Amino acid sequence: MASAVITAPATREDGLIQELGYEDHFHEHHHGDKYQSNFISHYIFSQDHKMIAKQFLITGMMWAIIGGLMSLVFRMQLGFPEESLAWLKPFLGKWISVNSDGVGSLTQDFYYALVTMHGTILVFFVLTAGLSGTFSNLLIPLMIGARDMASPLLNMMSYWFFFLSGMVMFASLFLSTGPFAGGWVAYPPLSALPQAMDGSGAGMTLWTISLVLFVFSVLLGGINYITTVLNLRTKGMSMWRLPLPIWAFFVTAILGLLSFPVLTSAFFLMMLDRGIGTSFYLSDIYIGGQALDHVGGSPILYQHLFWFLGHPEVYIIILPAMGIVSEVLSVNARKPIFGYKAMVFSILAIGFLSFIVWAHHMFMSGVNPFISNFFVIFTLIIAVPSAVKVFNWIATLYGGNVRFNPASLFGIGFVSMFISGGLTGIWLGNSTLDIQLHDTYFVVAHFHIVMGVAAFFGMYAGVYHWFPKMYGRFMNETLGKFHFWGTLIGAYCVFWPMHYIGMAGVPRRYYRFDTFQSFSHFDSLNKFITIAAVITFGFQLLFVINFFYSIWKGRKLTTPNPYNANTLEWTTPVEVGHGNWPGKLPAVQRWAYDYGKDGREFISQVEPIGPDESPEH
Amino acid sequence: METVVKQQVDIATRRNKIHPKKLALWVGLVSLTMMFTALTSAYIVRRAAGNWLEFSIPSIFYINTLVIVGSSLTLHAAFAAFKREAGGAYKAWLSITFLLGFAFVIMQYLGWEQLAAEGVPLTINPSGDFIYAISGLHAAHVLAGIAVLGVALAMAFIRPLRVTPARKLRLELTMTYWHFVDVLWIYLIVFLSLQR
Ligand code: HEM
Ligand SMILES: [Cu+2]
Repeated sequence: MASAVITAPATREDGLIQELGYEDHFHEHHHGDKYQSNFISHYIFSQDHKMIAKQFLITGMMWAIIGGLMSLVFRMQLGFPEESLAWLKPFLGKWISVNSDGVGSLTQDFYYALVTMHGTILVFFVLTAGLSGTFSNLLIPLMIGARDMASPLLNMMSYWFFFLSGMVMFASLFLSTGPFAGGWVAYPPLSALPQAMDGSGAGMTLWTISLVLFVFSVLLGGINYITTVLNLRTKGMSMWRLPLPIWAFFVTAILGLLSFPVLTSAFFLMMLDRGIGTSFYLSDIYIGGQALDHVGGSPILYQHLFWFLGHPEVYIIILPAMGIVSEVLSVNARKPIFGYKAMVFSILAIGFLSFIVWAHHMFMSGVNPFISNFFVIFTLIIAVPSAVKVFNWIATLYGGNVRFNPASLFGIGFVSMFISGGLTGIWLGNSTLDIQLHDTYFVVAHFHIVMGVAAFFGMYAGVYHWFPKMYGRFMNETLGKFHFWGTLIGAYCVFWPMHYIGMAGVPRRYYRFDTFQSFSHFDSLNKFITIAAVITFGFQLLFVINFFYSIWKGRKLTTPNPYNANTLEWTTPVEVGHGNWPGKLPAVQRWAYDYGKDGREFISQVEPIGPDESPEH
Repeated sequence: METVVKQQVDIATRRNKIHPKKLALWVGLVSLTMMFTALTSAYIVRRAAGNWLEFSIPSIFYINTLVIVGSSLTLHAAFAAFKREAGGAYKAWLSITFLLGFAFVIMQYLGWEQLAAEGVPLTINPSGDFIYAISGLHAAHVLAGIAVLGVALAMAFIRPLRVTPARKLRLELTMTYWHFVDVLWIYLIVFLSLQR
């Protein structure tokens, strides 16, 4: 690759890197060509972090489409129980039952299976792997000034475990007994007793295998992210100079590493219960009047283990989105991020607190009310660092010369969603209020807004922003803005009404409401939600079209730093080769957020502090 | 091509004190620790709930503790011999470690049989089930360690002994893992004896 060494610096940043950069002799070995040469090693079993990021992203998108379509199917059944779904029979076969009047409806078992699959797929495959997997891989090496991840091989394996995990889950959709149907949290006894319901047999077995493979993927990825951030930062890149996304990915990886093994333990005991008849989670169960052998187990034990993962998991989903949004907002407001250190400490505080609040999911499961008090307090304390972050995002935008492009719009939308959903979290965090709200549509509204939609917004902000770095082209802005407004309005239309339904006590996970007197007056609201969901999904197709169209036909990126941003990924060439920088590694001279300092619009991280530069940020 | 990149990564990180692979292993061990922390916490929670069968830990488990601690010491001796480039001693100590590892797993199995014979077979009460589950999962991790030791052993007999940075690193990684399963067992046996 000697030819790639630049002789005349193309940009100011290139010049600075040549002058002050760090020579690691990377390009004296001719491995670059070998990396790119053949189709299989370039596109499929790639070990290059940028390609692996794209693999995570596109796989995540496929899963998002599948998971999203599932939700439309069960929403249509829920909103329009009297309309016929017989037209879905060609796709769903026996899962659609047609009655004597010719009205086809989703079978009840499959309704539950779809709800379960939707939750599992979105939480794990889309918002964990698709979000953290994509952006940790893409941005960690580029933003800290590394050639690649600490172990490219483990990194590749992380993707392939994820892929395999997805394939196993996909296969479970085709079982004659259907996939697992006991909810994404897989509480026993539905999960621990193979005979409990149709999906509890082979469906649950495949579900467990799939998730164990997924845990492997998360752990391999996480080990790599942590090691890379700690060990491969370029010269001058101290922890306090890390861009906020990197802090977020780093803490996310730590959370994953500490919490996912606990899920494995929970599954391990579950498999013993299912396979060899131990009684960790099962006790005093009667089937058809016959008592089962299982005695002495406790289903609550599983809930503890599950939520010890489950609560950190929701932050594993949201932290990367927070990091991405911080960066996107600062760049597009042309202002330093407000309260950088406060942002970092909030990330750390949220990470820490997320491990001691898990039982707020179990207030109504029969845990001791005095123990609940402890969890109420810590749950409410989480609102403090969350509020700090919200305040800082708004302060960053305030008075900024904001560029309203799809990325920054989604960033702003993220803040809006996070506020709406965070506030309802505070309601739910009170164990007394939770008596009314638990397991109702209020909870569904809470977590879809604060986690589902907000994390999607963070992901969209990231994709629109870094698309040029991934594919060397821009996505279409007009289409992107349509996508934003459609999604923002659509998502509020879908999830806002659910708060009211939930406050009235309508339980989640019910197959139909029209047969209950007390719920049937929500009929029209329910229909409205379903229609809004279909339309909102349609707007996501705009994104998918824009994405694939732009890969091949988008406006070309011509300069390395299109946004006039400070971070290191914009000092790489337009076409980033293996090793990321053609010559030396950049040496970092300052933090990432010098926007508008001393009257200069932006100052790249590779530029040394000038002699008469003002000392404060 | 993996190795070339690896060398480059090594060069780029020379200024760091800890090798990335060692750091990665440590990070991985933290996550394995969490797995066992979860199981022992579950044990405490379940025990506090009552309906708990009281029995004593099979004596073989205690003897076995000596076996696995011994294997850690012999592995250390092997490492010392490796650094001295004393081929014979290296092979001998490594083989002994390997055999002790095997002995540990077999004796764990005998321990389970003893437990069952004492009237605590699997699936009678979660109290016993936990012992099987926890020691079983631990044994699985020992087996993984034995597999790695097996590779090291095969290499010791195939290749002439030369201290290269790569081989030293591999041996150090192996050693870290093996000490980990050792210390883990000490934690588990102390935990199980105290939490009767
Ligand atoms: C101010 C911060 C927050 C508080 C106080 C809070 C509190 C709660 C509480 C108490 C519940 C249990 C409700 C019940 O089941 O009765 C809950 C559910 C949930 N929360 Fe939050 N939350 C907060 C933020 C978040 C964030 C940031 C996320 C994700 C990014 C999130 C995701 C979820 C999920 C997924 C569930 C429901 C899980 C399920 O049952 O399926 N929450 N939240
Ligand atoms: Cu929670």
